[in-house]
Amino acid sequence: MIKPPVKIFTSWIVLLLLLTLLFILNLSLGSVRIPFSEIVSIVMGRGSHNEVWTNIVWDFRITKALTCILAGSALSVGGLQMQTLFRNALAGPDVLGLSSGASLAVSLVFMGQVTGIQFLNSPSAWSVVIASSIGAFTIFFLIWSLSQKLRDNTSLLIVGIMIGAAASSIVSVLQFLSKAEDQQSFLLWTFGSLGGLNWTEIQILAGILIIGGGIGIISSKALNAWTLGDNYTQSLGINIKQSRFLIIFSTSILTGAVTAFCGPIAFVGLAVPHLTKLLIKTHNHRILIPAVVMMGASLLLFCDIIAQLPGSKYVLPINAITALVGAPVVIWIILRAKRLSV
Amino acid sequence: MENSGNTTRSAIETNQLSTGYRTNHVENILFNNLNLSLQTGKLTCFMGPNGIGKSTLIRTLAGLQKPLAGEIHYFPEEKKKEAPLSQKIALVLTDRISMPNMGVYELISFGRYPYLDWNIKLSKADTMIIQQAIQQVHIEHLVDKRLYELSDGQLQMVMIARALAQDTPIILLDEPTAHLDLNNRVQMMNLLRKLSRILNKTILVATHELDLALQTADEIWLTRRDKNIITGIPEDLILQDVFDEIFQFKGFDLKTGRVDHEVHRNISIKLIGNGHEFLWTKNALERNGYCISTDQPDFVLTISNQKNTYAWQLNEHQSFSSLQDVLAYLGSESKK
Repeated sequence: MIKPPVKIFTSWIVLLLLLTLLFILNLSLGSVRIPFSEIVSIVMGRGSHNEVWTNIVWDFRITKALTCILAGSALSVGGLQMQTLFRNALAGPDVLGLSSGASLAVSLVFMGQVTGIQFLNSPSAWSVVIASSIGAFTIFFLIWSLSQKLRDNTSLLIVGIMIGAAASSIVSVLQFLSKAEDQQSFLLWTFGSLGGLNWTEIQILAGILIIGGGIGIISSKALNAWTLGDNYTQSLGINIKQSRFLIIFSTSILTGAVTAFCGPIAFVGLAVPHLTKLLIKTHNHRILIPAVVMMGASLLLFCDIIAQLPGSKYVLPINAITALVGAPVVIWIILRAKRLSV
Repeated sequence: MENSGNTTRSAIETNQLSTGYRTNHVENILFNNLNLSLQTGKLTCFMGPNGIGKSTLIRTLAGLQKPLAGEIHYFPEEKKKEAPLSQKIALVLTDRISMPNMGVYELISFGRYPYLDWNIKLSKADTMIIQQAIQQVHIEHLVDKRLYELSDGQLQMVMIARALAQDTPIILLDEPTAHLDLNNRVQMMNLLRKLSRILNKTILVATHELDLALQTADEIWLTRRDKNIITGIPEDLILQDVFDEIFQFKGFDLKTGRVDHEVHRNISIKLIGNGHEFLWTKNALERNGYCISTDQPDFVLTISNQKNTYAWQLNEHQSFSSLQDVLAYLGSESKK
């Protein structure tokens, strides 16, 4: 009797433990020292004798940790989908130029005056979110309409990279022409931020990401088939135009929403799928997507812990940390595995 | 070509089919006005030089690519409910599988995708079909391996098992024997032949293996220079000299199946013996430029075989235990 290979449940337990551990660790660290027992008590809803601590944990630490979980998992699922669709180990969620489009739109909000058009007098948080979403979705529609004319995914990948490069260069021109203080606020946005979200914003972000992730889960079958290339995908009865649309749409929702609320967070989406496949050796996206969600959440929680520089009052920009943590990890994987599996 | 009264049905029929590429306003036609018929339950070998458009035709027949003109009909004689193409045709292509960490079982199970919904849950029936496919290709020992652990030959067998798991009446294979050694090539062609006989699969194989194709194929499709394809059973095509016309053999005689040797030594030898040893002795002598002749030979070589121990006797006084020694002696004699 031949049986399908048994799934390794220990990997799931490892992922779950890792996520829980990092979540708790993330909550317990910060510029204000709060005893661990108090944090547990606050999280359990029993509150603390110190009202300030309760507020800090509920309104700052938990929101930030949840943002880490949402952003980390969404970007990782986006990265996984792009790596599979393009069969390219170096693809990430921003490979289609979505983040660049969002950056361009946001840069217009902050530095638009130089073009002679005043978009907003004082950019609010929501105007940045809306501008960023518009930017990302303009790019999505551009990519999608171009994909109708392109035969293969590699051409689409190159077109995406080119659009991203063009958008980035417009941002550079704007930066060059802008006043220093406008540049500064835009630069701060590009560093990425996980701490600025309130509960309403988190609910909205979570809702959008669940839709994007759901589309990703539904596309699992197509994603699995794409690992064999487009000829086999088609011969297995999968509508390649439709599934390509859904995969790009899902990635755009995930990446666009995270970029809108947290800024362009780099590297997580590229590194996490590789890390996950090292632990769970499968190409079945029904298993990979949930696994990548947990790994992505864990990695961004970890990066956020590093960014807070435990024991100090400084908080480093998250974007600097993701690359700083992610790059050695990817190099280590390549050296260890010798072959990268997309 | 007449079908000699056989009542085989066609699995695929093409009507004035043209294949190739259309880029902007330029049409690159590879084949024109094809009226082919792929017979059910037969192994058909599709032969022709590289770059002539075999892969494109296979992709077109499989519905992956639109024809430039003409029509393709699948099972034209059957009045069954239209099943999707993915449940009629399985493919083995030359596309590189770049998933080294994928499991063999995982890859084979992809064959069931045309029958699964988005949830991709394999039913009992699905796992049964996958098991059968694995057994039919005899790769039970590979099931738990990952793709990077496989040799080229093993990977091809896995790809065929995947195609069998798709449970389609037709299988189209593009160069499945490329990069395989002789043993694996023979194994592959025998397997395909067996599958067509036992499982009544309609199989089309694009291949360069002329000798293997001639010995295994029920029918040959042979590409011609005029963008058309000639079809027939191998033996008919050989006797009609069409292979020579297309492949333009240089020093190879297809009717005898042998490479032509130049008789460059002016020495004729009469051979006495029989069986394999006779054939291989003849081969060794001809390869080295000796003329095998019966009238007025310079030497007479007698081959004896006692319980698979061979001996060669030259002009009844020189005895040798290997052909190498015979050749060495003849070489020194011819210099004199």
